[in-house]
Amino acid sequence: MQKLGEFKLPPFFNYPPYFTLQPVRETREKQVQLWKDLILDFSRNQKIFLISLEEDFPLFSNPSIERSLSHEAKVVFLSALVTDGRAEWMDKGHKKCLILWMRIQDWADYILRFVRENALEDGVMTVEDIRSGFETRGTELAGIDRGVLMRALKLLEQKGKAVIFKGSSADDEGVKFSA
Amino acid sequence: MTSIPRLPTASLTTSCRPVFFSGEVERYLLPGVDLESDGSDRPTLLLPFQSSLLVITSHRLVFVDEASSSAREIALSAIIHAFPLKKSMSIRSMFASPRVRLQVSISNDGTISEKGTKSSVITLVMRGKNTDPDVFYGKFMEVLRSREWELTASADQGSTGLEGSSSASGVNDLRITMPVVGVSGILRKEQEIWESTDKNLQDAFQDLNALMSKAKEMVQLAEKMRQKLLTTGSNSQGSSNDEEMGSKQDMQDWLLSVGIASPVTKETAGALYHQQLSRQLADFVKTPLEKAGGMITLVDVYCLFNRARGTELISPEDLLQACALWEKFDVPVMMRKFDSGVKVIQNKSHSDDEVFARISSLAQKPDALRKGVSPSDAAFTLGIAPALAKEHLLSAESRGLLCRDVSAEGLRFYINLFNEIDSANIYTIKSHGLLNAWHLATTVSG
Repeated sequence: MQKLGEFKLPPFFNYPPYFTLQPVRETREKQVQLWKDLILDFSRNQKIFLISLEEDFPLFSNPSIERSLSHEAKVVFLSALVTDGRAEWMDKGHKKCLILWMRIQDWADYILRFVRENALEDGVMTVEDIRSGFETRGTELAGIDRGVLMRALKLLEQKGKAVIFKGSSADDEGVKFSA
Repeated sequence: MTSIPRLPTASLTTSCRPVFFSGEVERYLLPGVDLESDGSDRPTLLLPFQSSLLVITSHRLVFVDEASSSAREIALSAIIHAFPLKKSMSIRSMFASPRVRLQVSISNDGTISEKGTKSSVITLVMRGKNTDPDVFYGKFMEVLRSREWELTASADQGSTGLEGSSSASGVNDLRITMPVVGVSGILRKEQEIWESTDKNLQDAFQDLNALMSKAKEMVQLAEKMRQKLLTTGSNSQGSSNDEEMGSKQDMQDWLLSVGIASPVTKETAGALYHQQLSRQLADFVKTPLEKAGGMITLVDVYCLFNRARGTELISPEDLLQACALWEKFDVPVMMRKFDSGVKVIQNKSHSDDEVFARISSLAQKPDALRKGVSPSDAAFTLGIAPALAKEHLLSAESRGLLCRDVSAEGLRFYINLFNEIDSANIYTIKSHGLLNAWHLATTVSG
């Protein structure tokens, strides 16, 4: 089985037509579906939140069969993710794409569950703690993109489950969760 | 006139064109013709169909009924006399259909044929809408006067021997033949042949119209002269003759590729030009279609057809119109346009599914699973032209049988595996099936 880092690649990754944008509608739909799933799976596995089209993304080429996706194909597949609400374009030129392998809502739920399971209500954590602190090691929260985290926290704030406030240092913010 | 004269049947091709004899050339077409026996108040119809298409050839009158795909004929040699057109000014004659009366020779059993012992008068009635009787009569008399059937007959006789004084048709033959005896007889015969040849040349070059009708004879003449030059005195003549012979050779080669001795021209067919052209094309295209495996591009047909016609080339528009007319007739061929715009001619019996089955099985061979199929691979395996192979591959792709792969090596096609992949189980491969076959073929080679 081929691997890309820790990630197991599916067999069809070696199928050359997989890397050519298919013109026939039905075939294209199938191809797009497979790519959407693969991008999300890979991003989740590698904790990737941002795909830049100006840089090489390892998933988009397969050196063993000497094939890579064209720029057009990359845009098609990422746009499909955007339509599904699983990704967002960060710029007008569609060069950078935020990958939401977990939706913001899902992140909010995850954070809340984490807080409950670790009895962290009424405690205060800095945002940076959540991202890289001891408590979150081994969880999905470790290494989460800061922008994504803030949006999830803001969602919780709107629901009254958390309060965000400016912290002691100029850069950081703190969060207080309520039960 | 005791019994109603009968006409022998004539054979037609599958596109309802008359089957021509060797040396027979088409001269004129006239639609809407009936044939009646003459005299009395109630004329009898001589043809089992009405309003037929009259095809005048150098040898016969052929009456074609497209509806029943049948035809009847009258040999020109059986026509004793054509009465001049009546120029009557009566009101009745102005509205009546023009008529031409012919005296024909009848054999004992009542069939119209040459060398009959009896004769009868029959009437050709022209019921076609835009028929000009004078033009028709003029052309008809021209053909009758040129007596080409005799030329073919005497050419046959000349080659087989010098015996007897037989002539092609007893009643009509106006030539004086003398008994051929001994050496002087042989010499006289030779002389006669050369004189008639000389006259032929003169006639031909005086009148361009006549030249067209003498085209066949000119080819034969050219051949004979070439043979003569090659065998006698070629050494003394020098290089100038090589040039002559070279151009004659060219002409001969060019005319040799003729498969059609009677090109349908606007002159012979007039308003029926496109219809007759369409039918002739349907006949012509059969052999090349077979050789090419059932499908040819329109461009190739254009080249082949025009080359076979030799002169009187048709334009691309004519070809397109001729193919479009096929829908109206019952012919075994059809024109088809692919999505890419490429137009082809194919047999009606051609089956797309059969081609797809062959492509599909080609794409599943181990080599194809590893490297895909290129248009030239497909052309080679299927035995068809590369342009057509590409069309077939593209059609198979749009049917979902194949997928494309674009790379530095160009466009290739693989069997479509997307349908075999289960989105919920992308890491598992079922032990039987296409995906497994592909996996085995590609992992074994590494």
